[in-house]
Amino acid sequence: MVPIFTILIIYLLNENHLPKVPSNPNCLTATLRDILMSIEARERRQPWILLSPALTAITLLLFVPLLFIVVYSFWLRTATGADQSGFFLDNWREALSDPFYRDILLFTLKIAAITTLVCAVMGYPAAYFIARSRGNKAVLLLLLMLPFWISYIIRTMSWINILGVSGALNTFLIWTGVISEPIQMLYNQTTVILGLVHFLLPFMILNVFVSLDGIDVTLEDAATSLGATRWEAFVQVTLPLSLPGLAAGGLLCFVLAAGTYITPLVLGGPTDAMFANLVYEAIITQLNWPLGSALSLMLLAVLGLLVMIYNRYLGMAQLMKGLG
Amino acid sequence: MGWHLIRGYALLVYVFMFLPVAVVVLLSFNASQFGSFPITGVSLRWFGELAQNEAILRAFRTSIILGLLTALISTTLGVLASLALVRYRVPGENVISTLLIAPILVPEVVLAVALLLFLNFLGVNKSFGLLLFGHVIFTLPFVILVVQARLMAIRRDVEEAAMSLGASPVQTFFQITLPLMLPAVLAGALFAFTISFDDITGTLFWKPGGVETVPTQIFAMLRNSISPEINALGTVMIVMTVGLPLLGAAAARILSKKSGT
Repeated sequence: MVPIFTILIIYLLNENHLPKVPSNPNCLTATLRDILMSIEARERRQPWILLSPALTAITLLLFVPLLFIVVYSFWLRTATGADQSGFFLDNWREALSDPFYRDILLFTLKIAAITTLVCAVMGYPAAYFIARSRGNKAVLLLLLMLPFWISYIIRTMSWINILGVSGALNTFLIWTGVISEPIQMLYNQTTVILGLVHFLLPFMILNVFVSLDGIDVTLEDAATSLGATRWEAFVQVTLPLSLPGLAAGGLLCFVLAAGTYITPLVLGGPTDAMFANLVYEAIITQLNWPLGSALSLMLLAVLGLLVMIYNRYLGMAQLMKGLG
Repeated sequence: MGWHLIRGYALLVYVFMFLPVAVVVLLSFNASQFGSFPITGVSLRWFGELAQNEAILRAFRTSIILGLLTALISTTLGVLASLALVRYRVPGENVISTLLIAPILVPEVVLAVALLLFLNFLGVNKSFGLLLFGHVIFTLPFVILVVQARLMAIRRDVEEAAMSLGASPVQTFFQITLPLMLPAVLAGALFAFTISFDDITGTLFWKPGGVETVPTQIFAMLRNSISPEINALGTVMIVMTVGLPLLGAAAARILSKKSGT
Protein backbone atom coordinates (compact mmCIF):
# COMPACT_ATOMS: atom_id res chain seq x y z
CA MET A 1 0.00 0.00 0.00
CA VAL A 2 2.71 2.50 0.95
CA PRO A 3 4.39 2.52 -2.47
CA ILE A 4 1.03 3.26 -4.00
CA PHE A 5 0.49 6.25 -1.73
CA THR A 6 3.98 7.56 -2.29
CA ILE A 7 3.45 7.28 -6.01
CA LEU A 8 0.11 9.07 -5.70
CA ILE A 9 1.60 11.93 -3.70
CA ILE A 10 4.48 12.50 -6.08
CA TYR A 11 2.12 12.14 -9.00
CA LEU A 12 -0.24 14.77 -7.62
CA LEU A 13 2.48 17.19 -6.57
CA ASN A 14 3.59 16.96 -10.12
CA GLU A 15 0.22 17.56 -11.67
CA ASN A 16 0.36 21.14 -12.83
CA HIS A 17 -2.93 22.86 -12.33
CA LEU A 18 -3.84 24.36 -15.62
CA PRO A 19 -4.91 28.01 -15.77
CA LYS A 20 -8.67 28.44 -15.73
CA VAL A 21 -10.16 29.33 -19.04
CA PRO A 22 -11.51 32.88 -18.71
CA SER A 23 -14.96 33.87 -19.92
CA ASN A 24 -13.64 36.84 -21.86
CA PRO A 25 -12.98 35.54 -25.39
CA ASN A 26 -10.43 38.28 -26.15
CA CYS A 27 -7.69 36.81 -24.06
CA LEU A 28 -8.50 33.25 -25.06
CA THR A 29 -5.56 32.94 -27.47
CA ALA A 30 -3.15 34.15 -24.85
CA THR A 31 -4.53 31.72 -22.30
CA LEU A 32 -4.37 28.90 -24.78
CA ARG A 33 -0.72 29.71 -25.35
CA ASP A 34 -0.17 29.71 -21.58
CA ILE A 35 -1.81 26.32 -21.27
CA LEU A 36 0.30 24.83 -24.03
CA MET A 37 3.49 26.28 -22.56
CA SER A 38 2.73 25.05 -19.08
CA ILE A 39 2.02 21.57 -20.42
CA GLU A 40 5.31 21.65 -22.26
CA ALA A 41 7.21 22.79 -19.18
CA ARG A 42 5.58 20.02 -17.16
CA GLU A 43 6.45 17.44 -19.77
CA ARG A 44 10.06 18.46 -19.53
CA ARG A 45 10.28 18.60 -15.75
CA GLN A 46 8.15 15.69 -14.68
CA PRO A 47 10.32 12.77 -15.82
CA TRP A 48 13.26 14.13 -13.84
CA ILE A 49 11.18 14.36 -10.70
CA LEU A 50 10.08 10.77 -11.22
CA LEU A 51 13.61 9.58 -11.97
CA SER A 52 15.40 11.44 -9.21
CA PRO A 53 14.74 9.04 -6.30
CA ALA A 54 16.09 6.03 -8.22
CA LEU A 55 19.01 7.94 -9.70
CA THR A 56 19.90 9.39 -6.30
CA ALA A 57 19.83 5.94 -4.72
CA ILE A 58 22.03 4.44 -7.41
CA THR A 59 24.47 7.34 -7.26
CA LEU A 60 24.81 7.29 -3.48
CA LEU A 61 24.74 3.54 -3.03
CA LEU A 62 26.67 2.40 -6.09
CA PHE A 63 28.68 5.03 -7.98
CA VAL A 64 29.99 7.03 -5.03
CA PRO A 65 30.92 3.83 -3.13
CA LEU A 66 32.76 2.55 -6.22
CA LEU A 67 34.73 5.79 -6.43
CA PHE A 68 35.34 5.55 -2.72
CA ILE A 69 36.95 2.11 -2.96
CA VAL A 70 39.21 3.42 -5.71
CA VAL A 71 40.52 5.92 -3.15
CA TYR A 72 40.51 3.30 -0.39
CA SER A 73 42.64 0.92 -2.44
CA PHE A 74 45.55 3.39 -2.14
CA TRP A 75 45.31 3.51 1.63
CA LEU A 76 47.43 1.28 3.75
CA ARG A 77 46.55 -1.23 6.38
CA THR A 78 49.01 -0.72 9.22
CA ALA A 79 50.30 -3.29 11.69
CA THR A 80 48.13 -1.83 14.42
CA GLY A 81 45.01 -2.65 12.43
CA ALA A 82 44.08 0.91 11.58
CA ASP A 83 43.89 2.09 7.99
CA GLN A 84 46.24 4.90 7.09
CA SER A 85 44.91 7.24 4.45
CA GLY A 86 47.26 8.52 1.80
CA PHE A 87 48.59 7.43 -1.55
CA PHE A 88 50.35 4.09 -1.27
CA LEU A 89 50.85 1.73 -4.16
CA ASP A 90 51.50 -1.29 -1.93
CA ASN A 91 48.10 -2.96 -2.36
CA TRP A 92 48.16 -2.61 -6.10
CA ARG A 93 51.73 -3.84 -6.27
CA GLU A 94 50.76 -6.88 -4.24
CA ALA A 95 47.56 -7.56 -6.19
CA LEU A 96 49.17 -7.17 -9.60
CA SER A 97 52.55 -8.79 -9.10
CA ASP A 98 51.93 -11.66 -6.68
CA PRO A 99 51.61 -14.81 -8.83
CA PHE A 100 49.15 -16.17 -6.24
CA TYR A 101 46.53 -13.61 -7.24
CA ARG A 102 47.32 -13.90 -10.93
CA ASP A 103 46.93 -17.69 -10.86
CA ILE A 104 43.59 -17.48 -9.08
CA LEU A 105 42.40 -14.83 -11.52
CA LEU A 106 43.31 -17.08 -14.45
CA PHE A 107 41.68 -20.06 -12.71
CA THR A 108 38.51 -18.00 -12.21
CA LEU A 109 38.39 -16.98 -15.85
CA LYS A 110 38.94 -20.60 -16.88
CA ILE A 111 36.10 -21.87 -14.68
CA ALA A 112 33.80 -19.11 -15.95
CA ALA A 113 34.71 -19.88 -19.58
CA ILE A 114 34.06 -23.61 -19.20
CA THR A 115 30.78 -22.90 -17.39
CA THR A 116 29.67 -20.57 -20.18
CA LEU A 117 30.58 -23.11 -22.85
CA VAL A 118 28.72 -25.92 -21.09
CA CYS A 119 25.69 -23.64 -20.61
CA ALA A 120 25.70 -22.81 -24.32
CA VAL A 121 25.99 -26.45 -25.39
CA MET A 122 23.26 -27.55 -22.98
CA GLY A 123 21.08 -24.49 -23.31
CA TYR A 124 20.95 -23.85 -27.04
CA PRO A 125 19.15 -27.05 -28.11
CA ALA A 126 16.78 -26.73 -25.16
CA ALA A 127 15.94 -23.14 -26.10
CA TYR A 128 15.51 -24.24 -29.72
CA PHE A 129 13.12 -26.94 -28.60
CA ILE A 130 11.01 -24.47 -26.62
CA ALA A 131 10.98 -21.87 -29.39
CA ARG A 132 9.97 -24.32 -32.11
CA SER A 133 7.70 -26.53 -30.04
CA ARG A 134 4.12 -26.80 -31.19
CA GLY A 135 3.05 -27.42 -27.60
CA ASN A 136 2.46 -24.83 -24.94
CA LYS A 137 5.57 -22.65 -25.08
CA ALA A 138 4.57 -20.61 -22.04
CA VAL A 139 4.34 -23.71 -19.86
CA LEU A 140 7.66 -25.09 -21.13
CA LEU A 141 9.31 -21.75 -20.43
CA LEU A 142 7.71 -21.43 -17.02
CA LEU A 143 8.89 -24.92 -16.09
CA LEU A 144 12.41 -23.91 -16.96
CA MET A 145 12.12 -20.69 -15.01
CA LEU A 146 10.96 -22.50 -11.88
CA PRO A 147 14.45 -23.56 -10.80
CA PHE A 148 15.42 -19.96 -11.42
CA TRP A 149 13.14 -18.95 -8.57
CA ILE A 150 14.39 -21.68 -6.28
CA SER A 151 16.93 -20.45 -3.80
CA TYR A 152 20.49 -20.41 -5.11
CA ILE A 153 21.93 -21.85 -1.89
CA ILE A 154 19.39 -24.69 -1.91
CA ARG A 155 20.15 -25.56 -5.52
CA THR A 156 23.87 -25.47 -4.82
CA MET A 157 23.63 -27.63 -1.74
CA SER A 158 21.24 -30.04 -3.47
CA TRP A 159 24.20 -31.49 -5.38
CA ILE A 160 25.58 -32.78 -2.09
CA ASN A 161 22.46 -34.97 -1.92
CA ILE A 162 23.24 -36.32 -5.38
CA LEU A 163 27.02 -36.67 -5.37
CA GLY A 164 27.89 -36.94 -1.68
CA VAL A 165 29.34 -40.10 -0.12
CA SER A 166 25.84 -41.19 0.92
CA GLY A 167 24.15 -39.37 -1.93
CA ALA A 168 21.82 -40.68 -4.60
CA LEU A 169 24.49 -41.63 -7.12
CA ASN A 170 26.72 -43.55 -4.69
CA THR A 171 23.71 -45.33 -3.20
CA PHE A 172 22.58 -46.31 -6.68
CA LEU A 173 26.02 -47.52 -7.79
CA ILE A 174 26.46 -49.62 -4.65
CA TRP A 175 22.97 -51.05 -5.03
CA THR A 176 23.70 -52.09 -8.64
CA GLY A 177 27.05 -53.53 -7.56
CA VAL A 178 29.21 -51.34 -9.78
CA ILE A 179 31.21 -50.19 -6.77
CA SER A 180 31.48 -51.68 -3.30
CA GLU A 181 32.69 -48.62 -1.40
CA PRO A 182 31.25 -45.12 -1.86
CA ILE A 183 33.54 -42.75 -3.71
CA GLN A 184 33.96 -39.05 -2.96
CA MET A 185 32.81 -37.22 -6.06
CA LEU A 186 32.37 -33.81 -4.45
CA TYR A 187 34.66 -30.92 -3.64
CA ASN A 188 36.61 -30.55 -6.84
CA GLN A 189 36.72 -28.32 -9.90
CA THR A 190 34.14 -30.38 -11.76
CA THR A 191 31.53 -30.03 -9.04
CA VAL A 192 32.12 -26.27 -8.90
CA ILE A 193 31.44 -26.09 -12.64
CA LEU A 194 28.43 -28.38 -12.26
CA GLY A 195 26.95 -26.17 -9.56
CA LEU A 196 27.54 -23.04 -11.63
CA VAL A 197 25.98 -24.57 -14.75
CA HIS A 198 22.94 -25.60 -12.74
CA PHE A 199 22.64 -22.06 -11.42
CA LEU A 200 23.24 -20.23 -14.72
CA LEU A 201 21.62 -22.44 -17.35
CA PRO A 202 18.19 -20.69 -17.14
CA PHE A 203 19.88 -17.34 -17.96
CA MET A 204 21.36 -18.86 -21.11
CA ILE A 205 18.17 -20.61 -22.20
CA LEU A 206 16.04 -17.52 -21.65
CA ASN A 207 18.33 -15.29 -23.71
CA VAL A 208 18.66 -17.76 -26.58
CA PHE A 209 14.91 -18.38 -26.50
CA VAL A 210 14.12 -14.66 -26.76
CA SER A 211 16.23 -14.30 -29.87
CA LEU A 212 15.08 -17.60 -31.47
CA ASP A 213 11.47 -16.72 -30.83
CA GLY A 214 11.92 -13.50 -32.77
CA ILE A 215 13.12 -15.29 -35.90
CA ASP A 216 10.53 -15.95 -38.58
CA VAL A 217 10.13 -19.75 -38.87
CA THR A 218 9.42 -19.52 -42.57
CA LEU A 219 12.98 -18.32 -43.20
CA GLU A 220 14.22 -21.85 -42.58
CA ASP A 221 11.51 -23.24 -44.85
CA ALA A 222 12.53 -20.78 -47.54
CA ALA A 223 16.12 -21.96 -47.27
CA THR A 224 15.13 -25.63 -47.56
CA SER A 225 12.86 -24.94 -50.52
CA LEU A 226 15.87 -23.36 -52.21
CA GLY A 227 17.75 -26.63 -51.83
CA ALA A 228 19.43 -26.40 -48.43
CA THR A 229 19.19 -29.40 -46.13
CA ARG A 230 17.54 -28.83 -42.72
CA TRP A 231 20.98 -28.75 -41.12
CA GLU A 232 22.37 -26.28 -43.65
CA ALA A 233 19.32 -24.08 -43.22
CA PHE A 234 19.90 -24.07 -39.48
CA VAL A 235 23.62 -23.36 -39.67
CA GLN A 236 23.36 -20.68 -42.32
CA VAL A 237 20.10 -18.97 -41.39
CA THR A 238 18.84 -19.60 -37.87
CA LEU A 239 22.14 -19.88 -36.02
CA PRO A 240 23.59 -16.56 -37.22
CA LEU A 241 20.32 -14.79 -36.46
CA SER A 242 20.28 -16.17 -32.91
CA LEU A 243 23.90 -15.23 -32.13
CA PRO A 244 22.97 -11.99 -30.31
CA GLY A 245 20.89 -14.00 -27.83
CA LEU A 246 23.68 -16.52 -27.42
CA ALA A 247 26.15 -13.70 -26.81
CA ALA A 248 23.87 -12.04 -24.23
CA GLY A 249 23.37 -15.35 -22.42
CA GLY A 250 27.09 -16.04 -22.61
CA LEU A 251 27.99 -12.67 -21.15
CA LEU A 252 25.57 -13.10 -18.24
CA CYS A 253 26.82 -16.62 -17.50
CA PHE A 254 30.45 -15.58 -17.67
CA VAL A 255 30.12 -12.47 -15.51
CA LEU A 256 27.93 -14.19 -12.90
CA ALA A 257 30.18 -17.27 -12.79
CA ALA A 258 33.36 -15.21 -12.45
CA GLY A 259 31.90 -13.20 -9.58
CA THR A 260 30.76 -16.05 -7.37
CA TYR A 261 32.32 -17.20 -4.12
CA ILE A 262 29.49 -19.26 -2.60
CA THR A 263 29.61 -22.15 -5.08
CA PRO A 264 33.34 -22.82 -4.55
CA LEU A 265 32.79 -22.64 -0.77
CA VAL A 266 29.95 -25.19 -0.87
CA LEU A 267 30.96 -27.50 -3.71
CA GLY A 268 34.68 -26.87 -4.15
CA GLY A 269 37.76 -28.25 -2.42
CA PRO A 270 40.42 -26.21 -0.62
CA THR A 271 42.27 -25.50 -3.86
CA ASP A 272 39.23 -24.35 -5.82
CA ALA A 273 39.06 -20.81 -4.46
CA MET A 274 37.96 -18.27 -7.05
CA PHE A 275 38.80 -14.58 -7.22
CA ALA A 276 35.71 -13.48 -5.31
CA ASN A 277 36.78 -15.82 -2.50
CA LEU A 278 39.99 -13.78 -2.20
CA VAL A 279 37.92 -10.63 -1.91
CA TYR A 280 35.76 -12.24 0.78
CA GLU A 281 38.86 -13.44 2.64
CA ALA A 282 40.51 -10.02 2.53
CA ILE A 283 37.41 -8.11 3.61
CA ILE A 284 35.68 -10.42 6.07
CA THR A 285 38.40 -12.68 7.45
CA GLN A 286 41.61 -10.63 7.35
CA LEU A 287 39.83 -7.27 7.62
CA ASN A 288 42.40 -5.85 5.20
CA TRP A 289 40.00 -3.47 3.55
CA PRO A 290 42.48 -1.52 1.40
CA LEU A 291 43.75 -4.75 -0.18
CA GLY A 292 40.17 -6.00 -0.52
CA SER A 293 39.31 -2.78 -2.38
CA ALA A 294 42.17 -3.27 -4.80
CA LEU A 295 41.17 -6.90 -5.44
CA SER A 296 37.49 -5.94 -5.97
CA LEU A 297 38.51 -3.29 -8.46
CA MET A 298 40.70 -5.80 -10.31
CA LEU A 299 37.70 -8.11 -10.67
CA LEU A 300 35.51 -5.20 -11.72
CA ALA A 301 38.07 -4.08 -14.31
CA VAL A 302 38.35 -7.52 -15.91
CA LEU A 303 34.61 -8.15 -16.04
CA GLY A 304 33.83 -4.52 -16.88
CA LEU A 305 36.13 -4.76 -19.89
CA LEU A 306 34.10 -7.74 -21.12
CA VAL A 307 30.81 -5.88 -20.65
CA MET A 308 32.26 -2.89 -22.51
CA ILE A 309 33.44 -5.00 -25.44
CA TYR A 310 30.01 -6.58 -25.54
CA ASN A 311 28.29 -3.19 -25.41
CA ARG A 312 30.55 -1.87 -28.17
CA TYR A 313 29.53 -4.60 -30.60
CA LEU A 314 26.05 -5.66 -29.55
CA GLY A 315 24.63 -2.94 -27.32
CA MET A 316 22.76 -3.28 -24.06
CA ALA A 317 19.33 -3.65 -25.63
CA GLN A 318 19.71 -7.39 -26.27
CA LEU A 319 20.75 -7.97 -22.67
CA MET A 320 17.70 -6.14 -21.33
CA LYS A 321 15.38 -8.14 -23.56
CA GLY A 322 16.58 -11.34 -21.91
CA LEU A 323 16.46 -9.92 -18.40
CA GLY A 324 13.01 -8.44 -18.55
CA MET B 1 14.58 -37.86 -36.59
CA GLY B 2 16.35 -34.59 -35.77
CA TRP B 3 13.38 -33.21 -33.91
CA HIS B 4 13.12 -36.32 -31.71
CA LEU B 5 16.78 -35.94 -30.85
CA ILE B 6 16.27 -32.31 -29.83
CA ARG B 7 13.21 -33.22 -27.79
CA GLY B 8 15.11 -35.98 -25.98
CA TYR B 9 18.00 -33.60 -25.34
CA ALA B 10 15.68 -30.90 -23.99
CA LEU B 11 14.04 -33.48 -21.74
CA LEU B 12 17.45 -34.38 -20.30
CA VAL B 13 18.13 -30.69 -19.66
CA TYR B 14 14.83 -30.46 -17.76
CA VAL B 15 15.79 -33.55 -15.72
CA PHE B 16 19.16 -31.97 -14.96
CA MET B 17 17.45 -28.82 -13.71
CA PHE B 18 14.86 -30.58 -11.59
CA LEU B 19 16.46 -33.77 -10.28
CA PRO B 20 18.60 -32.23 -7.52
CA VAL B 21 15.66 -30.14 -6.33
CA ALA B 22 13.37 -33.16 -6.35
CA VAL B 23 15.90 -35.09 -4.28
CA VAL B 24 15.92 -32.30 -1.66
CA VAL B 25 12.13 -32.52 -1.36
CA LEU B 26 12.23 -36.32 -1.28
CA LEU B 27 14.88 -36.46 1.44
CA SER B 28 13.08 -33.90 3.58
CA PHE B 29 10.37 -36.53 4.19
CA ASN B 30 12.94 -39.17 5.07
CA ALA B 31 12.59 -40.56 8.58
CA SER B 32 16.29 -41.38 8.83
CA GLN B 33 18.32 -39.15 11.09
CA PHE B 34 20.94 -38.51 8.43
CA GLY B 35 20.14 -36.15 5.63
CA SER B 36 20.93 -38.74 2.98
CA PHE B 37 20.02 -42.08 1.46
CA PRO B 38 18.78 -44.71 2.12
CA ILE B 39 15.23 -43.66 2.76
CA THR B 40 14.05 -45.45 5.86
CA GLY B 41 10.48 -44.22 6.02
CA VAL B 42 8.21 -41.33 5.40
CA SER B 43 7.96 -38.76 8.16
CA LEU B 44 7.15 -35.14 8.83
CA ARG B 45 9.51 -35.19 11.78
CA TRP B 46 12.06 -32.79 10.28
CA PHE B 47 9.44 -30.18 9.55
CA GLY B 48 8.43 -30.43 13.20
CA GLU B 49 12.03 -29.99 14.31
CA LEU B 50 12.28 -27.03 11.98
CA ALA B 51 9.31 -25.33 13.62
CA GLN B 52 11.06 -25.76 17.01
CA ASN B 53 14.41 -24.41 15.90
CA GLU B 54 14.77 -20.89 17.33
CA ALA B 55 17.66 -19.91 15.07
CA ILE B 56 15.78 -20.85 11.93
CA LEU B 57 12.60 -19.10 13.00
CA ARG B 58 14.61 -15.98 13.76
CA ALA B 59 16.26 -16.18 10.34
CA PHE B 60 12.83 -16.48 8.73
CA ARG B 61 11.59 -13.41 10.57
CA THR B 62 14.66 -11.41 9.51
CA SER B 63 14.37 -12.54 5.89
CA ILE B 64 10.67 -11.75 5.67
CA ILE B 65 10.96 -8.28 7.23
CA LEU B 66 13.98 -7.50 5.09
CA GLY B 67 12.25 -8.77 1.95
CA LEU B 68 9.09 -6.76 2.63
CA LEU B 69 10.95 -3.51 3.30
CA THR B 70 13.15 -4.08 0.26
CA ALA B 71 10.10 -4.71 -1.90
CA LEU B 72 8.43 -1.58 -0.55
CA ILE B 73 11.30 0.81 -1.20
CA SER B 74 12.56 -0.81 -4.37
CA THR B 75 9.10 -0.92 -5.94
CA THR B 76 8.39 2.71 -5.11
CA LEU B 77 11.66 3.90 -6.64
CA GLY B 78 11.34 1.49 -9.54
CA VAL B 79 7.77 2.35 -10.48
CA LEU B 80 8.50 6.08 -10.45
CA ALA B 81 11.58 5.65 -12.63
CA SER B 82 9.75 3.33 -15.00
CA LEU B 83 6.89 5.81 -15.35
CA ALA B 84 9.38 8.46 -16.38
CA LEU B 85 11.05 6.20 -18.92
CA VAL B 86 7.88 4.79 -20.42
CA ARG B 87 5.74 7.91 -20.54
CA TYR B 88 8.05 10.77 -21.33
CA ARG B 89 10.63 11.52 -23.92
CA VAL B 90 13.67 11.94 -21.70
CA PRO B 91 16.84 13.30 -23.26
CA GLY B 92 19.63 10.73 -22.95
CA GLU B 93 17.21 7.91 -22.28
CA ASN B 94 19.72 5.19 -23.21
CA VAL B 95 22.33 6.51 -20.82
CA ILE B 96 19.76 6.70 -18.02
CA SER B 97 18.55 3.16 -18.68
CA THR B 98 22.11 1.89 -18.52
CA LEU B 99 22.74 3.82 -15.29
CA LEU B 100 19.59 2.37 -13.76
CA ILE B 101 20.55 -1.21 -14.54
CA ALA B 102 24.21 -0.64 -13.57
CA PRO B 103 23.81 -2.58 -10.28
CA ILE B 104 23.27 -5.76 -12.36
CA LEU B 105 26.32 -5.09 -14.50
CA VAL B 106 28.65 -4.68 -11.52
CA PRO B 107 29.55 -8.05 -9.97
CA GLU B 108 27.63 -8.38 -6.72
CA VAL B 109 30.79 -9.00 -4.68
CA VAL B 110 32.22 -5.69 -5.84
CA LEU B 111 28.95 -3.89 -5.14
CA ALA B 112 28.90 -5.48 -1.68
CA VAL B 113 32.45 -4.43 -0.87
CA ALA B 114 31.97 -0.88 -2.15
CA LEU B 115 28.77 -0.33 -0.20
CA LEU B 116 30.14 -1.87 3.00
CA LEU B 117 33.34 0.17 2.96
CA PHE B 118 31.70 3.44 1.97
CA LEU B 119 28.89 3.32 4.51
CA ASN B 120 31.34 2.18 7.16
CA PHE B 121 33.44 5.24 6.36
CA LEU B 122 30.30 7.34 6.89
CA GLY B 123 29.83 5.71 10.28
CA VAL B 124 27.16 3.15 9.35
CA ASN B 125 28.28 -0.16 10.79
CA LYS B 126 27.18 -3.56 9.62
CA SER B 127 23.54 -3.45 10.52
CA PHE B 128 20.04 -4.17 9.36
CA GLY B 129 20.04 -0.74 7.72
CA LEU B 130 23.11 -1.55 5.65
CA LEU B 131 21.52 -4.85 4.66
CA LEU B 132 18.38 -2.99 3.56
CA PHE B 133 20.34 -0.42 1.52
CA GLY B 134 22.22 -3.21 -0.17
CA HIS B 135 19.13 -5.22 -1.01
CA VAL B 136 17.33 -2.15 -2.37
CA ILE B 137 20.17 -1.23 -4.68
CA PHE B 138 20.57 -4.59 -6.33
CA THR B 139 16.85 -5.41 -6.61
CA LEU B 140 16.08 -2.00 -8.14
CA PRO B 141 17.26 -2.80 -11.71
CA PHE B 142 15.17 -5.98 -11.81
CA VAL B 143 12.09 -4.09 -10.62
CA ILE B 144 12.64 -1.43 -13.26
CA LEU B 145 13.03 -3.99 -16.04
CA VAL B 146 9.90 -5.91 -15.03
CA VAL B 147 7.73 -2.86 -14.35
CA GLN B 148 8.84 -1.06 -17.50
CA ALA B 149 7.84 -4.02 -19.64
CA ARG B 150 4.37 -4.07 -18.06
CA LEU B 151 3.81 -0.32 -18.13
CA MET B 152 4.36 -0.21 -21.88
CA ALA B 153 0.90 -1.73 -22.22
CA ILE B 154 -0.86 1.16 -20.47
CA ARG B 155 -1.77 3.98 -22.78
CA ARG B 156 -1.79 7.53 -21.62
CA ASP B 157 -4.83 8.52 -23.67
CA VAL B 158 -7.04 6.56 -21.28
CA GLU B 159 -6.08 8.90 -18.45
CA GLU B 160 -6.44 11.95 -20.61
CA ALA B 161 -9.85 10.74 -21.71
CA ALA B 162 -10.92 10.42 -18.06
CA MET B 163 -9.70 13.92 -17.26
CA SER B 164 -11.34 15.44 -20.30
CA LEU B 165 -14.59 13.79 -19.22
CA GLY B 166 -14.34 15.71 -15.95
CA ALA B 167 -12.49 13.42 -13.57
CA SER B 168 -10.18 15.15 -11.12
CA PRO B 169 -6.51 14.06 -11.00
CA VAL B 170 -7.24 12.13 -7.77
CA GLN B 171 -10.23 10.35 -9.30
CA THR B 172 -8.24 9.59 -12.42
CA PHE B 173 -5.40 8.15 -10.38
CA PHE B 174 -7.61 5.87 -8.30
CA GLN B 175 -10.06 4.83 -10.99
CA ILE B 176 -7.86 4.62 -14.05
CA THR B 177 -4.13 4.75 -13.44
CA LEU B 178 -3.88 2.65 -10.30
CA PRO B 179 -5.96 -0.32 -11.46
CA LEU B 180 -4.03 -0.37 -14.72
CA MET B 181 -0.70 -0.09 -12.92
CA LEU B 182 -1.42 -2.53 -10.13
CA PRO B 183 -0.23 -5.67 -11.92
CA ALA B 184 3.07 -3.97 -12.73
CA VAL B 185 3.48 -2.75 -9.15
CA LEU B 186 2.72 -6.20 -7.75
CA ALA B 187 5.03 -7.94 -10.19
CA GLY B 188 7.84 -5.57 -9.28
CA ALA B 189 7.27 -5.99 -5.54
CA LEU B 190 7.16 -9.76 -5.83
CA PHE B 191 10.35 -9.82 -7.84
CA ALA B 192 12.14 -7.61 -5.33
CA PHE B 193 10.93 -9.73 -2.41
CA THR B 194 12.01 -13.00 -3.98
CA ILE B 195 15.45 -11.73 -4.97
CA SER B 196 15.99 -10.23 -1.53
CA PHE B 197 14.76 -13.38 0.20
CA ASP B 198 17.18 -15.49 -1.81
CA ASP B 199 20.28 -13.33 -1.64
CA ILE B 200 23.42 -14.61 0.01
CA THR B 201 26.37 -13.10 -1.90
CA GLY B 202 25.88 -9.54 -0.67
CA THR B 203 24.14 -10.48 2.56
CA LEU B 204 27.24 -12.28 3.92
CA PHE B 205 29.17 -9.01 3.57
CA TRP B 206 26.53 -6.73 5.05
CA LYS B 207 24.91 -8.70 7.86
CA PRO B 208 25.98 -7.89 11.39
CA GLY B 209 27.33 -10.73 13.52
CA GLY B 210 24.57 -12.83 15.04
CA VAL B 211 21.94 -11.80 12.50
CA GLU B 212 21.14 -14.48 9.94
CA THR B 213 18.79 -14.55 6.99
CA VAL B 214 17.46 -17.89 5.80
CA PRO B 215 20.12 -18.39 3.10
CA THR B 216 23.01 -17.44 5.41
CA GLN B 217 21.54 -19.70 8.09
CA ILE B 218 21.51 -22.61 5.63
CA PHE B 219 25.05 -21.72 4.60
CA ALA B 220 26.17 -21.78 8.24
CA MET B 221 24.42 -25.12 8.82
CA LEU B 222 26.14 -26.61 5.74
CA ARG B 223 29.53 -26.16 7.45
CA ASN B 224 28.74 -29.11 9.72
CA SER B 225 27.12 -31.65 7.47
CA ILE B 226 23.92 -31.97 5.55
CA SER B 227 21.27 -32.53 8.17
CA PRO B 228 17.71 -33.62 7.34
CA GLU B 229 16.66 -30.25 8.73
CA ILE B 230 18.40 -28.46 5.87
CA ASN B 231 16.44 -30.54 3.38
CA ALA B 232 13.20 -29.71 5.18
CA LEU B 233 14.15 -26.03 5.22
CA GLY B 234 14.98 -26.31 1.53
CA THR B 235 11.54 -27.74 0.83
CA VAL B 236 9.89 -24.86 2.70
CA MET B 237 11.99 -22.37 0.73
CA ILE B 238 11.11 -24.07 -2.55
CA VAL B 239 7.41 -23.92 -1.75
CA MET B 240 7.74 -20.25 -0.79
CA THR B 241 9.86 -19.03 -3.67
CA VAL B 242 8.06 -21.05 -6.32
CA GLY B 243 4.58 -20.75 -4.88
CA LEU B 244 4.65 -16.99 -4.35
CA PRO B 245 5.51 -15.95 -7.91
CA LEU B 246 3.00 -18.46 -9.29
CA LEU B 247 0.31 -17.03 -7.04
CA GLY B 248 1.44 -13.56 -8.04
CA ALA B 249 1.25 -14.40 -11.73
CA ALA B 250 -2.23 -15.81 -11.25
CA ALA B 251 -3.30 -12.71 -9.31
CA ALA B 252 -1.85 -10.42 -11.97
CA ARG B 253 -3.74 -12.33 -14.63
CA ILE B 254 -7.03 -12.03 -12.76
CA LEU B 255 -6.45 -8.34 -12.06
CA SER B 256 -5.54 -7.51 -15.62
CA LYS B 257 -8.58 -9.42 -16.89
CA LYS B 258 -10.80 -7.40 -14.58
CA SER B 259 -9.38 -4.12 -15.75
CA GLY B 260 -9.73 -5.24 -19.31
CA THR B 261 -6.22 -4.82 -20.66
